[in-house]
Amino acid sequence: MKKYIQIRIHGRGGQGAVTAANLIAKAAFYEGKFSQAFPNFGVERRGAPVEAFVRISSEPVRIQSQIYQPDFLIVQDPTLLKLVPDVLEGIKKSTVIFVNSEQANWPQLDLLKLYTIPVTDFARQIIGRDITNTGMITAFALITKLIQFESLIKAIKDEFKYKPELISSNIKLMKQIQKYIIENKKIRLK
Amino acid sequence: MKHCIEGSEAVAQAVNNCRPDVISAYPITPQTHIVEELALLKANGHANYEYILADSEFAAASIVLGASATGGRTYTATSSQGLLYMTEVIFDIAGMRLPVIMTVANRAISAPINIWNDQQDSMTVRDSGWIMLYAKDNQSAVDLHLLAYKLAEKLKLPAMINMDGFVLTHTVEPIDIPSVSDTKKFLPSYKPEVGQILDTKNPVTLGSFVTPEYYQEIRFDLHSDLLRAKELFTKEAIKFNKIFHRQHDLVEYYGTAKPDSVIITIGSVFGTIQDVVDELNNRGQKVGVFHLTCFRPFPDEQIVEKLSKIKSIAVLEKDISLGSSAGLDMEIRRALFNKNKSTVTSFVYGLGGRDITPEYIREIFKQIKQ
Repeated sequence: MKKYIQIRIHGRGGQGAVTAANLIAKAAFYEGKFSQAFPNFGVERRGAPVEAFVRISSEPVRIQSQIYQPDFLIVQDPTLLKLVPDVLEGIKKSTVIFVNSEQANWPQLDLLKLYTIPVTDFARQIIGRDITNTGMITAFALITKLIQFESLIKAIKDEFKYKPELISSNIKLMKQIQKYIIENKKIRLK
Repeated sequence: MKHCIEGSEAVAQAVNNCRPDVISAYPITPQTHIVEELALLKANGHANYEYILADSEFAAASIVLGASATGGRTYTATSSQGLLYMTEVIFDIAGMRLPVIMTVANRAISAPINIWNDQQDSMTVRDSGWIMLYAKDNQSAVDLHLLAYKLAEKLKLPAMINMDGFVLTHTVEPIDIPSVSDTKKFLPSYKPEVGQILDTKNPVTLGSFVTPEYYQEIRFDLHSDLLRAKELFTKEAIKFNKIFHRQHDLVEYYGTAKPDSVIITIGSVFGTIQDVVDELNNRGQKVGVFHLTCFRPFPDEQIVEKLSKIKSIAVLEKDISLGSSAGLDMEIRRALFNKNKSTVTSFVYGLGGRDITPEYIREIFKQIKQ
């Protein structure tokens, strides 16, 4: 098959998993890459598990099938990990996992490449709600270096062009996560 | 210029650039982001159309029928149950020869209740007299709207652009949206002929009562005019390509020059199959994939020309004609009857949002090669 970088995002309806995927795709596009983002909704309501997918490539993305073996997994809501194996389905040994959590150790993820980032608290402080999508993808961008922080900012300005009040609070949150990542080098894996 | 944008949003912006006079839609699931975006463009002062919020899909179709009958360029979009609820009006729009343009975000039909993608909705209205185009990806979804307006207004027929619900409508990817000035070059303002529309200076009746002496002739007129859309599509696609540098065909092919096995399909699964075709051909197989962009009128001549010499043909589609076969399968067999020595095998898959994976495509090629 074609070489695509494949990212799968898990969240719950209302947490912005679909927007997170769109933002990554837009940021990659701004950097001259080809990208594709799309959701897989369960039932369309708040709280229901939602998956969103992103492919990034140096050539046009033609495939329209879902992602079953992600290179990167982003889990916005740690309670979803209780739904194992659903969330971890198709995980390879090389898959890098990002979990929004204060809990650093996850026994069921022991052998996997794992990063935990406590985005919820920062989001509550800065946005006033536990919307963690922009925080999680900031951590993803800074750690993987697949997309630039600045491209994400540009993507947010486009995505929220009709909701300008969301732009400044999200950028503030992203800068806070950036600071956290720089200060907490120990969360980086060898 | 390309934008990384959601399919629905791109279609809405392209439609706005086609400068419709009247848009009407009913905003409930299953609706699309297309009409949301069109409402937003209007609310923000970026559009000149009248946006009429209807109280049902039946009313939305009736409103664009009426607006088109007075000579306006019109647009609506729907999906699934909404399309079925419009059905009576859809036949009227074609019978009254009104060039209404409608996007259908293809989704499954109840019962059981299901909001996800398949193509059963559009296949159910295939006999209505509309031009029916299917998008293989979001770029073609955008482009086909311009072509649809051109064909519809020249032939005095309505046209429906089908794009896979969720799979295309909700996908964000790089898409080129034709600018207003380029769109104008291809699609000038709509000028209905005298006697074509309701006009107090030239009174006519549209959709009148017709007795058995004439009804059949009028229906056959509609049929023969619909068939003319094939030739016109090819002609207009050449003009489109000159302005936008993108080629569109009634039937498109991707793969090795002389394949022994092919899949013919309709809609967005084409892209997934393209990837598998590359993979198999790199391993020394001789395979290919066809995409049918135009389902009504059905391009018999192109199907015979391109498919009759191929040994094994799989027809893959996301619809089923319960109690018989499936929409595309029946058409392919009919078009090729007595004209080929191919083996045709029908594959109905992806109903109600079931994902069609590369593994499944490999399995189809394996089966038809045996």
